[in-house]
Amino acid sequence: MPDMPQKKSRVLVKLFLSTLYLSAFTFGGGYVIVTLLKNKFVDQLHWIEEDEMLDLVAIAQSSPGAIAVNGAIIVGYKLCGIPGVLVSVVGAVLPPLILLSLISVGYQAFCENVIVKALLRGMQAGVAAVITSVVMDMGAKPFNERDFLSIFIMAACFVLNYFFNVNVVLLILAAALIGIVRTKWAERGKKA
Amino acid sequence: MIYLQLFLSFLQIGAFSFGGGYAAMPLIEEQVVTLHNWISSAEFVDLVTISQMTPGPIAVNAATFVGTRIAGLPGALVATLGCVLPSCILVTVLAMLYARYRTLSLLQGTLQALRPAVVAMIASAGLSILLSSFFGGDMVLFTMTNVDVRAVIYFAVSLYFLQRRHVNPILVMSLCGVTEVAVTLLQPLLT
Repeated sequence: MPDMPQKKSRVLVKLFLSTLYLSAFTFGGGYVIVTLLKNKFVDQLHWIEEDEMLDLVAIAQSSPGAIAVNGAIIVGYKLCGIPGVLVSVVGAVLPPLILLSLISVGYQAFCENVIVKALLRGMQAGVAAVITSVVMDMGAKPFNERDFLSIFIMAACFVLNYFFNVNVVLLILAAALIGIVRTKWAERGKKA
Repeated sequence: MIYLQLFLSFLQIGAFSFGGGYAAMPLIEEQVVTLHNWISSAEFVDLVTISQMTPGPIAVNAATFVGTRIAGLPGALVATLGCVLPSCILVTVLAMLYARYRTLSLLQGTLQALRPAVVAMIASAGLSILLSSFFGGDMVLFTMTNVDVRAVIYFAVSLYFLQRRHVNPILVMSLCGVTEVAVTLLQPLLT
């Protein structure tokens, strides 16, 4: 069991501030917030275990809606139940809500601003490094454990998603099916 | 009743967009451009550009953008609420089921197979961002001549600090952005 937080009100405040702050930096799609959530709640605070975090991401991914919002909801529920869900949704939605309502007034000027463009260009390289670093950490595990089925699933999903644009929900379902078959197979082997 | 219409439109977007940002785009376009004429096609393209330049999911950005234009701040709020409501309900229910049944051996076995799939999905998204950063978004021309050398340097230095020094990722991202701004502003002075 990871060291679970102290008082509920303090956890809620921490949850709100974390989702607010992380959401403000989610450039480049939902997976960025997923990696940032992992960094915050798994590596820094140790409130969630790494395997459980991957399960939560899988659920967030296979549900409809934005991955960033779904990820915040599920981490919120895991840490604080329904109040956690409400707090983390508000935290995740507030930064884009505020920014977009400001920008929608004068967006032409914003898009063509040289400084804004340079800032985003630089940050994109940083975002790529953050995601690469997380993938290196998490992707090494099946290799270290010589878990060949996991390595196969990882490679196949990557190729199908990246090169053939296969929908993630389909890939999640296919991987789940492999898991079910493997579990049933192993149980049958034990009985015989 | 414009608020109700906005709410219901974005409720549908929230409930039927599986697979994240790019999968949601055609759905958003159909609702706000084709069906309701709330914004023009050109404005929709602007919206996509802004979404790529600002944090946050495209569906939430679209809700705020369209809501503000049609019905001011209250419009933005009801549209955003509609967009996240399906997620709130469905993901919470799934989280409850997960908390209750996660110890079952069948669910354990299933989740174990899902974990590498999730890593692969994150890797795939990461590679797209990486290539777009190195080659300026022009995915067709992978030649050494149009490599953004500065982006490659930022990437390598960032990766070193993230992996070896465990520096906060948000600090790393911010420093990359600030450095590029400084370089862009100083470059004309040096040449």
